[in-house]
Amino acid sequence: MTFLSNLFKRRSSAPVARDRLQILLAHERISVGDGKDDLLAQLHREIMEVIKRHVAVDQDKVQIKLDRGAHCSMLEIDVEVPGLSDKADNKAKNAASGKPATGGKTKPA
Amino acid sequence: MAKVLVVTSGKGGVGKTTTSAALGAALAKTGQKVVLVDFDVGLRNLDLVMGAERRVVFDLINVIQGDANLAQALIKDKRIDTLSLLPASQTRDKDALTPEGVAKVIDELRKKFDWVICDSPAGIERGAQMAMHHADMAVIVTNPEVSSVRDSDRIIGMLDSTTEKAKSGKKIDKHLLLTRYDPQRAARGDMLATDDVLEILSIPLLGIIPESPDVLKASNVGAPVTIAEPESPPARAYAEAARRLLGEKVEVTIPTERKGLFDWLFKRRVS
Repeated sequence: MTFLSNLFKRRSSAPVARDRLQILLAHERISVGDGKDDLLAQLHREIMEVIKRHVAVDQDKVQIKLDRGAHCSMLEIDVEVPGLSDKADNKAKNAASGKPATGGKTKPA
Repeated sequence: MAKVLVVTSGKGGVGKTTTSAALGAALAKTGQKVVLVDFDVGLRNLDLVMGAERRVVFDLINVIQGDANLAQALIKDKRIDTLSLLPASQTRDKDALTPEGVAKVIDELRKKFDWVICDSPAGIERGAQMAMHHADMAVIVTNPEVSSVRDSDRIIGMLDSTTEKAKSGKKIDKHLLLTRYDPQRAARGDMLATDDVLEILSIPLLGIIPESPDVLKASNVGAPVTIAEPESPPARAYAEAARRLLGEKVEVTIPTERKGLFDWLFKRRVS
């Protein structure tokens, strides 16, 4: 039975290629085209500017993750902020700044 | 009125030079006056594919810098008398391609020929930008494969933003040429199908060139496939694409091998 269903359900790769391209190009067309600045890079820069205005941030302790989906993209900026509370040592992550996940919603593909 | 056509793709190795040679020869066969201009400065290959590598004396850069005039640099094809080649320089730097120099050469070529076909280098840098800058039309050569489609999308964006036509608010006439296509693999779902690529890139289809050993055979002997093997499937596909460029309404098909009775008998006896 599994043998038979495997035989008939052989996954073709072309639809996967088409879907991947459609998602990727939907993003690239808004971010790369016409020499415009990369939207996500700009978002990242401006968000960091705001954070830096209030707390000292070590550039090495900033993690940026990006997940491009078909309908929305997730830009996740993880900033480690040292010494907001008096007794905390530098390593302690502040709860408030733990995960300021910024959902950068872009146009649906 | 002469037409300037750029053959471009972004990605390398998809068949720009093969296409420039084959389309150029197919157009010239119909009586059109055609010049092929190689923009791949430093890595010229159109001369080799055309079988003219031993006849190169002066090149595009020599003409731009005034070391030679156009008539001295143009190489007339020995098989089709309406076909000429302007080779790229093999030794100079890409920076020698100045916008003013290229504009002057293209203007001169427009007066002498019906078609100026610019064979673009791969990539999106100076050489590729110079090749597309003066174009009225573009043939975007794409393989049914993810990286090629992505790069073609990028090139289409450039054609719509950086070319002279785009800057003067006009649209450049873009055509998709799908090369190295294997209809059987596409039918099995193992290769992007024509409709997939058309849907993603959304530009009109100029033709589908089937994957074929005849293309390599032709370049081995230094002839465009439309001259070396005119009855082969890729040559017929290129010839039809050329007719579409001339404005004829020809339905897009994927030519297959024509097997005569003799071939059939011979094949059976061998196997």
